[in-house]
Amino acid sequence: MSAHEHKDYVGAKFGMWLFLFTELLLFGGLFILYSVYLSRYPADFVTAGAELDLRFGAANTLVLLTSSLFVALSITALRLGKTKQSLWLLAATVASALLFLLNKFFEWSAKIHHGLYPGSPELQAREIGETVFFNLYYLMTGLHGLHVLIGAVVIVWVMVFIRQGKVHRDDWVILENAGLYWHLVDLIWIFLFPLYYLVL
Amino acid sequence: MTAYLANDRGFLGDKKAPGFLGWIFSTDHKRIGLLYFWSIVTFFCVGAILGLLLRLELFSPGVDFMSAQTYNATFTLHGVIMIFLFIIPGIPAAFGNLIMPIQIGARDVAFPRLNLLSWWLYIAGALLAITSLFTGGGPSDTGWTFYVPFSAQTQSNVSLALFAVFIIGFSSILTGINFVTTIHRMRTTGMGWFRLPLFTWSLYATAWIQILATPVLAITVSLVMVERLLGIGLFNPTQGGDPVMYQHLFWIYSHPAVYIMVLPGMGVVSDIIPVFARKPAFGYKAIVVSSLAIAFAGSLVWGHHMYTSGMSDNAVLVFSFLTFVVAIPSAIKVFNWVTTLYKGSISLDPPLLYALSFVLLFSIGGLSGLILGAASADVHVHDTHFVVGHFHYVMFGGTGFAFFAAMHYWLPKIYGRMYSKKLATIAWGFMFVGLNVLYLSMQIVGVQGMPRRYYDYLPEFTDLNRLATVGSWILAIGLVTMFANLFHSVRRGSPVGPNPWGGASLEWQIPSPPPTDNFGEEDPIVTHGPYDFKEAGIL
Repeated sequence: MSAHEHKDYVGAKFGMWLFLFTELLLFGGLFILYSVYLSRYPADFVTAGAELDLRFGAANTLVLLTSSLFVALSITALRLGKTKQSLWLLAATVASALLFLLNKFFEWSAKIHHGLYPGSPELQAREIGETVFFNLYYLMTGLHGLHVLIGAVVIVWVMVFIRQGKVHRDDWVILENAGLYWHLVDLIWIFLFPLYYLVL
Repeated sequence: MTAYLANDRGFLGDKKAPGFLGWIFSTDHKRIGLLYFWSIVTFFCVGAILGLLLRLELFSPGVDFMSAQTYNATFTLHGVIMIFLFIIPGIPAAFGNLIMPIQIGARDVAFPRLNLLSWWLYIAGALLAITSLFTGGGPSDTGWTFYVPFSAQTQSNVSLALFAVFIIGFSSILTGINFVTTIHRMRTTGMGWFRLPLFTWSLYATAWIQILATPVLAITVSLVMVERLLGIGLFNPTQGGDPVMYQHLFWIYSHPAVYIMVLPGMGVVSDIIPVFARKPAFGYKAIVVSSLAIAFAGSLVWGHHMYTSGMSDNAVLVFSFLTFVVAIPSAIKVFNWVTTLYKGSISLDPPLLYALSFVLLFSIGGLSGLILGAASADVHVHDTHFVVGHFHYVMFGGTGFAFFAAMHYWLPKIYGRMYSKKLATIAWGFMFVGLNVLYLSMQIVGVQGMPRRYYDYLPEFTDLNRLATVGSWILAIGLVTMFANLFHSVRRGSPVGPNPWGGASLEWQIPSPPPTDNFGEEDPIVTHGPYDFKEAGIL
């Protein structure tokens, strides 16, 4: 069928970039809602935003940025033929992803413990804009968390490929595309972090 | 290349991939195209039967044979099937896959396995949509637009239907990514951007809309699912949300989606008219640029679906203006098609008949669209049968007829067999008459004030409704004749050579049906444009 096996690295990366656009637009819908509801309930957003713990957000920002560095280094390592080092760096990325999710779990638990979750009696007693804020908060960070999880699974999958020798120093576009995806997950967080923890 | 005529039924009889499994797991773009084609035709027939049932219910005022709830479910299903399973994937996924790689001189798309995944996702989405009819609270009754708050509250099985839409949307995105990458990366030697056939150009513009707009639909339907399943309502006023925001997000996708539906149809027509006029396409570059302009401007006009939603007057004014702007590139195309025909040596074969009907019916639909685009006029006809008539003129008279044109133009290439041109012409006559009787009656009864989406109406609307229903029967006769003729030809039609119509683009330079690898040993080298019939030695 594919008698003419063709490898087009530029094409593969091009396709990945197009896919990343779609991810941005997926979050774009939520960013639109954030901006509309922020302009509608500015005071409530500020009140609710003050409830978020900057330490959790900052720690997770640090974790994700570092994990992006790990991925970038692992690509370089693989291209230099240091397969083992590359695998360790990818393992560090996955560990960072899990650390991020653990941190998020504790953050959410703390919020829920304080009665701040969608439909909670505590929230219903407050201004309605705060309900909108926490609905958005859970959905946007939740969707992002899901992407962290997907990204981690993708990286594990690439690690298997490297172990099997399907991805190696002369054929590493799959790793690079996985890296691009991971950077996107990082990038979206770079927008979520200030919107929820810094500007309000 | 003409020496390369050996044909044991080409890709259809590929011995390396025999049997049913050889088809459903094939990564050959032509086989995937045919998988899409037959699935899409099947869903079209189901959707058409539902449409006929709706018309039958409207034959007389009052309950004929459907309750209000059944009617609601039927028009929702008709809309969902026709929009998401027929018209959006229709031309790009079926004929785009079949023809586009050949037109650019490639042997496959950029990501063949992803292409197969797209089809599987399409089928999975379709199965989920069917499952949603028989599970939970029964078939959705919201209309294909799934507006909140109703869609968030109704007991019917909206969540599963929305999940189906999500999956089908994912399939559409993957096809878009595949096509853009293919057209960028896989053009053969000499196939410069301005030697691309206009069909390929239209797919390129369409693919960009698929990539950029569909994710917004994905998040929008996800938010409705989240509200139904988790009770987190970003569009729910009791939680501080705004239902109008749903409409904004929905139409940010769904208006550009209208151009996903119609642009490929325009591409088909742009490819057919020069071949049957025996003249190069007039204003090739203008048609290319207008496709891209439609893709761009079409993304900025979603608000014209919402004039009566309570949006600010300023927004209405801006959206109304932009809507008129988007009519310009469409008109440029129409004028270029007509000018291509001018002083051409026209052979009125079935593909051209269907293409010409596209031009006329699309123009009628487009011009009635201007009435809807003008906010002051729209307020009076909003949510009436006038709107239903309008979009059926554009979608069925436009894209539907373009799909039929594509079938009559390219199926002989794909199967290497010709249909009866006489029957095709008769079928066309029935459909053309039936369609106009059906949808013109709808538009008139709409102006008189009959609202859409009701199973019942006032007695004074009876005559026009009966006329419309009779029109739907004439249309159905045409459809049955057309499909019967084509199906018969696929099995028993008389064999045709590589180039039955005298086209100059690459798909006509290879055998019919095309071989699995499209071009034999040597990649084709392109030395002239797709409509340079003289250089191609056809004139």
